[in-house]
Amino acid sequence: MGNHSDDLPASSEVVAKAGHDEVEKFQDPGLPPHRLRLADTDPKAAKRAERQVAILFGISAIGTLLFFFAYFGIRLDQTIATLRLQNMFLGLGIGFAMLGIGTGIVHWARALMPDHEVSEERHEMRTEEDRLAAVQIVDDIVEETGIKRRPLIRNTLIGAMALAPLPAIAILRDLGPLPGNAMHTTLWKKGERLARDPDGTPIKAADVTIGSAFHVIPESLNTLTEGKLNEKAKAAVLMMRLDPDELHPSAGREDWAYNGIVAYSKICTHVGCPVALYEQQTHHLLCPCHQSTFDLTRECKVIFGPAVRPLPQLPITVDSEGYLVAQSGFHEPVGPSFWERS
Amino acid sequence: MSTTAQTPFEPKTSTGRITNFVDERVGGSGMLREFGRKVFPDHWSFMFGEVALYSFVILLLSGTFLTLFFDPSMAETHYNGSYVPLKGLEMSVAYDSTLNISFDVRGGLIMRQVHHWAALLFVAAVSVHMLRVFFTGAFRKPRELNWVVGGVLLILSMAEGFTGYSLPDDLLSGNGLRIIDGVIMAIPVVGTYISFFLFGGEFPGTAIISRLYMFHIMLIPAMILLMIAIHLFMVVVHKHTQYPGPGRNDRNVVGYPLGPVYAAKAGGFFFIVFGVIALVSAFFTINPIWNYGPYDPSPISAGTQPDWYIGWVDGALRLMPGWLFNIPLEWHIPFPWGVNTLTLNVLLPALVPAGIVFTLLFAYPWIERWVTRDDREHHVLDRPRNAPTRTAIGVAGFIFYCVMWAAASSDLIATHFEVSLNDVTYWLRALFFIGPILGFIISKRVSLALQRKDREIALHGRETGRIVRLPHGEYQEMHAQLDDYKRYKLVGYESPLAEEGIPNENGIVTKTEKRRAALSRFFFEDRVAPATQAELTAGHEHHEAIEAGEEAKPVSRY
Repeated sequence: MGNHSDDLPASSEVVAKAGHDEVEKFQDPGLPPHRLRLADTDPKAAKRAERQVAILFGISAIGTLLFFFAYFGIRLDQTIATLRLQNMFLGLGIGFAMLGIGTGIVHWARALMPDHEVSEERHEMRTEEDRLAAVQIVDDIVEETGIKRRPLIRNTLIGAMALAPLPAIAILRDLGPLPGNAMHTTLWKKGERLARDPDGTPIKAADVTIGSAFHVIPESLNTLTEGKLNEKAKAAVLMMRLDPDELHPSAGREDWAYNGIVAYSKICTHVGCPVALYEQQTHHLLCPCHQSTFDLTRECKVIFGPAVRPLPQLPITVDSEGYLVAQSGFHEPVGPSFWERS
Repeated sequence: MSTTAQTPFEPKTSTGRITNFVDERVGGSGMLREFGRKVFPDHWSFMFGEVALYSFVILLLSGTFLTLFFDPSMAETHYNGSYVPLKGLEMSVAYDSTLNISFDVRGGLIMRQVHHWAALLFVAAVSVHMLRVFFTGAFRKPRELNWVVGGVLLILSMAEGFTGYSLPDDLLSGNGLRIIDGVIMAIPVVGTYISFFLFGGEFPGTAIISRLYMFHIMLIPAMILLMIAIHLFMVVVHKHTQYPGPGRNDRNVVGYPLGPVYAAKAGGFFFIVFGVIALVSAFFTINPIWNYGPYDPSPISAGTQPDWYIGWVDGALRLMPGWLFNIPLEWHIPFPWGVNTLTLNVLLPALVPAGIVFTLLFAYPWIERWVTRDDREHHVLDRPRNAPTRTAIGVAGFIFYCVMWAAASSDLIATHFEVSLNDVTYWLRALFFIGPILGFIISKRVSLALQRKDREIALHGRETGRIVRLPHGEYQEMHAQLDDYKRYKLVGYESPLAEEGIPNENGIVTKTEKRRAALSRFFFEDRVAPATQAELTAGHEHHEAIEAGEEAKPVSRY
């Protein structure tokens, strides 16, 4: 900038010293002189602006007509294309109707209404006189109630006021049942068949090829008449078949798989989204909500993301007809952690 | 005193008679006298609050239409409407009625689109408005309480948005509720109970949609309306702030009178906001619930995104590692009555970042007031560069928010830019800590640099690009001086100095006071002194001395 270097803050003349006063400050030159617009001086320009405003209002009227044309003129015929077309013209109609009025008014204000800036005094937020008067009033009120002289009234009132809201809390008790054992149980039990989600047909072990994955529900789910979603939210299972050599079951879980077929809870142990993405090559399960990643070959141990616990495994086997069944229920609660879970 | 009795006013036209009738009963003349010509300062950045207000009005209008057709029941039904792919499917009545609004109620789809877009814009406008207020220091005395009201409005608008987003009971919003339930479950001691009370039993139950509906169309909007009323009332009491400039100071307010110019501009602007939302709704689909299907706890689609304003909380959940090296962040704590579970991997990201952001947001006016010991009323705004530390704190907070916000799209970032999802998360985890610090340093330096530029221009004028050669061979660039008005805009601000601790009446500098002094240094140690009249005069004299020996030049040179 130019040829000056004497204005860097490092040089002494720039460092302001404490005690610098108003004398050194720039004087406020006051409001700048008002500049006239074209429309203020040239009647032709004013007339032109007037016409422009009128045209904008006219566009608004056309927009309203367009809305009616779209509303009554376009017949919905169960196709998405017609719906989109109507939606577009309805939106265009409303859009132009509104924009025409809006831009017209703003243009009118900017081009034709006086644009003199004016200055107004601000007032003190609170004057000392008001404060004194208010203090006096409060003192008088307190005095007239006699609350200071009659502590018995004051204390019983405080006690009553503290108790009175409690029913408002208690009355909310019936918002829902207590958790009880609900978090610890699912529909899965010994002998419950594994069925396809959503149609509920049972799955034969012979139909499960290596590398395939099944979204699974308990067979009895679809027979429920009530609370189906509640049960499904706990009982949804992912079932995959791997080469048995790739599974590394821990002690006590060796027979939880059948022929390389394993079943794990589909409900993420993080905050409960369905862990629905199965990567066949790496045998990883990924939760699309927060990207917790579970390694199927290591009993769904968490290898990435915010989850801590592995997905609970459902022990499975086959029944006499060759259908896959649960050996038992889950051995731990499924889904997100909660305080009472141990 | 006049001796003649005043004859009562007799209106001549019928309009006059009606107006007079009302005026005599409500005292409208007095109100009009008070407010009709009230002065409002004008600046483009003051529009964000207006956008927020107008989108809220549009939300009320479009929302009222939607309630006429929406049925918030979770009873099971089979779809029998116009949308062929979903025919015969089992779904809740809420989802069914949302499909009907979209496909069978004429204009229903455009109203849903308008409602959703207006909601997105509403929260965005509230947020940007708050950023404007923060960076210009408009929250300072006497407006601290209105800043708090604004913060409450931000929280309410997020709650209003989320409850509305959940109502259609589609797959996407259902999974959002699943996440909320998972977070509630993580609350120690009472989490499971809150979840069961909220959902009326186990998730998802059959109560949540109608309960959210009550919150969405009654409780929260009523609270927002009340807060808006308080907010605007305080704006009237305080009168609007104004940007610094010639003729503007803390004792006056400079701008256009309410009637006609300001009212026309602001009123016209409502229609513009409405028009823009309508056009966006005409061309860009938002929340096509028919693509997602009804809620079912088993399926899910990849690349799920919440509405933008919830993103930062969801992103925080994603950023949190479940395991820190080999330490699990879920603790099983043995109590005498048994083992209980503390789910830090959910609790920490759900509570801590939002806690930090909102605590600092609400407390900031008092923090700055304590550090500066400034108890004066401020009606003239700061240009952000003239309050470098505040600006830097704001930018740091903004980046903190944005890193979490970006994290909510970590999977989409990975797929769009073809990078590893894990790497995106690792980078964002690092940025979560480093980003705000870098943002602080850079924005503070940029602010100081801009202040220096202002100083240079105030004292030496603008570069003209004209190079002249002096008789003795030196080349110089001509600078054009600013006029007094433009210069005052650059120099008319306060630049506080860092303060030493002040001893109390016993002559002791207390620990608190030392802390205040340290913060004062942190705020004001680095500063560029505003240009002074003396410097300008000195510059002129120096310059004239050169000129005297070298003949007068037509353009002054600096």
